[in-house]
Amino acid sequence: MSAVTVSDEQATSTKAKVIQPAWVRALHWTNAFAMVLMIMSGWQIYNASPLFGFSFSSSITLGGWLGGALLWHFAAMWLLMVNGLIYLVMGLVTGRFRKKLLPITPEGVISDTKAALTGELSHADLTKYNQVQKLLYAGVIIVGILIVLSGLAIWKPVQFQYLTALFGGYEAARYVHFFCMAGIVAFMVIHVVLALLVPKSLRAMIIGR
Amino acid sequence: MGRMRNLLIPGVDKTLLVRDAVKSMPDLTRRRFITSGASLGALTLLTGCDVTDSFSAEEMLKQVSKFNDGVQALIFNPNAMAPTYPESAITKPFPFNGYYDVDDAPEIDGKSWKLEVRGLVENKKSWTLDELYQLPQVKQVTRHICVEGWSAIGSWTGVPLRDFLKMIGADTRAKYVWFQCADRDGYNSPLDMPSALHAQTQMSFKFADEILPRAYGFPMRIRVPTKLGFKSPKYVISMEVTNDYKGGFWEDQGYNSFSGS
Repeated sequence: MSAVTVSDEQATSTKAKVIQPAWVRALHWTNAFAMVLMIMSGWQIYNASPLFGFSFSSSITLGGWLGGALLWHFAAMWLLMVNGLIYLVMGLVTGRFRKKLLPITPEGVISDTKAALTGELSHADLTKYNQVQKLLYAGVIIVGILIVLSGLAIWKPVQFQYLTALFGGYEAARYVHFFCMAGIVAFMVIHVVLALLVPKSLRAMIIGR
Repeated sequence: MGRMRNLLIPGVDKTLLVRDAVKSMPDLTRRRFITSGASLGALTLLTGCDVTDSFSAEEMLKQVSKFNDGVQALIFNPNAMAPTYPESAITKPFPFNGYYDVDDAPEIDGKSWKLEVRGLVENKKSWTLDELYQLPQVKQVTRHICVEGWSAIGSWTGVPLRDFLKMIGADTRAKYVWFQCADRDGYNSPLDMPSALHAQTQMSFKFADEILPRAYGFPMRIRVPTKLGFKSPKYVISMEVTNDYKGGFWEDQGYNSFSGS
């Protein structure tokens, strides 16, 4: 046997222990940071012309006033977009999306939801996502793409007018952007609660195993 | 937690902003930016990154905003027209918007008003309203998008700015056309030349086929459908063709200068 084979085996056995590879962890936390900046500054921007009968408390917004919030929003968007694009490309190229997130079946989601609610869902093998996780993770990736596209539609309704039209016009795109934000915030709440309930999953996302 | 709340700064609502803007905007803004910087410090601390005292979020944000000016100039397509709408789509009433109350808007006597022309132009003569009314005008029904997020569709009639610039022999290789207004605070705003030369950019004299009402900028406003609303100055009294970036009322307070749409 050549040395190459041995090192391959070593690599495989090391790999098997790694639940979250380094690139996933780096992109995950960068994304979390960018998302928080986008959401907090976005709430301040929303307050300048609310779509609904409420405003966000100034204690949870970023930027101080509309102009400051816009600067934050249009700075953090680069971080979010570049990080998100790398994530999408890596997820597709490495086959991680296919391996980790597919297939998702309605039956599987229903039975895993039941199991989760009765406390019977197993977290023994963190390398495999259950059907609820698959649905939530795949869903938030799609919502993430939608929020960037609707954001571009609001940012450049003349230059990207076909994209804006696709969302039903400027006003409609604002609502899409808002509801995507609401979806992501809801996801984050569930995500953080579940991560705290299963601390070893949080550890895996920090140190990899 | 109390400290955290201090760092995250209470914001202001629109009415307060309007009131503050007149009195102490630059000061207030500066203070807000510095504290915004502090809140980024708090956030980076949460993520475990090292934060040094020399780190200035304000400076970083300014630099990114300049970078965003460049990106927007790059994706600006001079041939892309802002969508136009049927007259039935016009927003009624079309909102008045300013950092002052409509009753405090400039009251201009159209007979004595003159448009001053300065800078890199061959013919620096001032223009009376009657002279400007003689020039060929066009009508457009386009969407006005405010930096605050709301939008409204209006009907504007006036002289395409590029026709006027050509007529007065403006150096269209210059970087900006800088507008000054009759507002008590001397509202002003720079417009980049490619946007000034866009076919829909207009010196507007009419709204909904009527002489421009005081609320919308009598006797003349600039209407730039490819930009956010604050880049369409009202009550214009002078324009200057220049290569210098002279800043603007809102631009100086932190709104992105290109602010294209």
